[in-house]
Amino acid sequence: MNALTALVRKDLILYFSNRRAVLVTLAAPILIGAFFGAIMGGPPKKPARVPVAVVDLDASAVSKSMVAAMKTDTTFELEESAEPAAIARVREGKVRAAVVIPKGFGDSAVRALFRPGATKPQVTVHYDPSQAITVALVKGLLTEHAMKAVSQAAFSGATGSKVIAESRDQVKSSTAIGESERRDLLALFDSVERLQSRSQTPGASPVSQGLTMPFEMSQSEVTSGGDRKYNSYAHAFAGMGVQFVLFMGIELGVGVLLMRRMGIWKRLRAAPVSRTLLLGSRIASGTVTALLLMAGIYAAAIAIFGVRIEGSVIGFAGVLVAFALLASTFGLLIAAVGRTPEATRGVAILATLLLVMLGGAWVPTFVFPEWLQSATLVVPTRWAVDGLDAMTWRGLGIEAAWAPIAAMLACSAAFAWIAVKNFDWEE
Amino acid sequence: MEPDRSKLQATDLRKSFGATSAVAGVSLAVDPGEIVGLLGPNGAGKSTTISMICGLVKPDGGTVTIAGEPVGEDAAAVKRRIGLVPQEISLYEDLSAIGNLELFGALYGLEGSVLAERIHAALELVGLADRAKAKPATFSGGMKRRLNIACALVHDPDVLLLDEPTVGVDPQSRNAIFANIEALRGRGKAIVYTTHYMEEAERLCDRIVIMDHGRVVASGTRESLMRMLPPREKPKVVEPDPRGTLEDLFLHLTGKQLRD
Repeated sequence: MNALTALVRKDLILYFSNRRAVLVTLAAPILIGAFFGAIMGGPPKKPARVPVAVVDLDASAVSKSMVAAMKTDTTFELEESAEPAAIARVREGKVRAAVVIPKGFGDSAVRALFRPGATKPQVTVHYDPSQAITVALVKGLLTEHAMKAVSQAAFSGATGSKVIAESRDQVKSSTAIGESERRDLLALFDSVERLQSRSQTPGASPVSQGLTMPFEMSQSEVTSGGDRKYNSYAHAFAGMGVQFVLFMGIELGVGVLLMRRMGIWKRLRAAPVSRTLLLGSRIASGTVTALLLMAGIYAAAIAIFGVRIEGSVIGFAGVLVAFALLASTFGLLIAAVGRTPEATRGVAILATLLLVMLGGAWVPTFVFPEWLQSATLVVPTRWAVDGLDAMTWRGLGIEAAWAPIAAMLACSAAFAWIAVKNFDWEE
Repeated sequence: MEPDRSKLQATDLRKSFGATSAVAGVSLAVDPGEIVGLLGPNGAGKSTTISMICGLVKPDGGTVTIAGEPVGEDAAAVKRRIGLVPQEISLYEDLSAIGNLELFGALYGLEGSVLAERIHAALELVGLADRAKAKPATFSGGMKRRLNIACALVHDPDVLLLDEPTVGVDPQSRNAIFANIEALRGRGKAIVYTTHYMEEAERLCDRIVIMDHGRVVASGTRESLMRMLPPREKPKVVEPDPRGTLEDLFLHLTGKQLRD
């Protein structure tokens, strides 16, 4: 057994002989990963319906038609109520938003459809600020149902007839419209009136269903292919694995500071071994430890939570090795810049939490603002999480692993270089 | 003094930390089979001197040689001839006693049966052979101190540097450690022994070097040093030796003011 082997062996024995600490290091990411995986989707399932309240102050044929359409929409879990009660339900978090259809909506909306200058009715959406993303969803679906109900009324209902008659009178008397344009508009009103009168004949089938979506939509998950489904546990385990293995890196660094305090480092330095060997052995043992921990975490993810390496297995292994090296050199950096174990541990935990937060370990980076998504490309944990995602649920080939591996190796080299430059060798 | 006459020869060692001069021209020589006591108050420069002798700290000036060969940095082969017993109990508490010795033996290039024999011999010497597989976490303070010494002996060094090796141990363990050190002197080891306990220096050391403010203020045998004590300071305490004690001399040379 040479000096390097002896030092690495010693570190591994010391780390893994503390069974309680190892168990916590393994159990914590598995438990938290399971929690995040479950709340962020879990196994494939139908999307949940969005609870929304609607307040129909108009109670016209148009608004009733609109509410009826919303009720049949599987996107919504719709409940009708009075305005104060609806707002209270939003405040309590029972519904995501409350849509208030104002009095006079039906007439005003049909009028505004034909007369761009007309005053538009104002539909108010009260929403839960913690669920702001719901507003866009509600607005989109509300637009679809409103356009259908309003246009249907405009082309076939009594409201439409009244509005067309008003509009014809206005166009005839207007001095702002040219003659040819006036002729075209009156011809259009004539056509619409014919459609309206046909639809009002008893027993006649409706000639207009109003404006409808001009396309049908089919949805397809883009996953690793075939009948494989997205598994949110894959991302959650990548994130939590990265976080807790970095915590192990902190312990590695703090361990050096403790050795220094206990005089063990002095004894190691007194031996005829080079500085490179002393630090190199620490990097090697840290890398092996990190790899074993990640292997344990992914073993649980695969066995219990159905996570699969859908992409390149070699790429996955490469990303793991690069990340293990990153965690190890991160620990060495901590040892080099730290002064006391107590103070260093606190600062290092804060730094790690920032790294994992910005790296998308807690929530995927696509929910970040655009500028932050670009800025976090310099954060090595981002590459670790993206690399693991690419090799697991995204099912990408080894070519997608090269960039994360290269980025993490570059960061590892930088960490090691800074550590060696700053390491205090004087005893 | 000729360099090759002594096993350990430190000449005109100097070291400053910023504007503070820690060691300013310390020289000492230790022959095989000799114990030299390095005494001095806190901050006198003893630990820095020891660190320079074993290559932990690079001197600003001066040289250290073992049998004429300069002690370099890091991986220098001559460092295999030095054993360091740090002041702290420098052991891995969760490695067994034998595990600690295997590690430190491997760092000095020992392998296989040679390593096993050396480990056995070191444990025998310090009286821990029957606790070889136990972890230091389960040891008493005295046992840890003895294992601390064994770790410095496992590679059978020619020069042994002991930095206050008896701090916090009971009289029995201290006596056992003294017996170990005397046995090592009998085997021809050159030993440097730093301590604050004057009676330890009186019992163990063949020669004594007293340091203060980074300099050697006196050195020699106990008897030669005692002759330096002025007559008026001798009867301070009732002692069997009418000339006074080594502690009297120590306080005479370094003063009575507290240093920390």
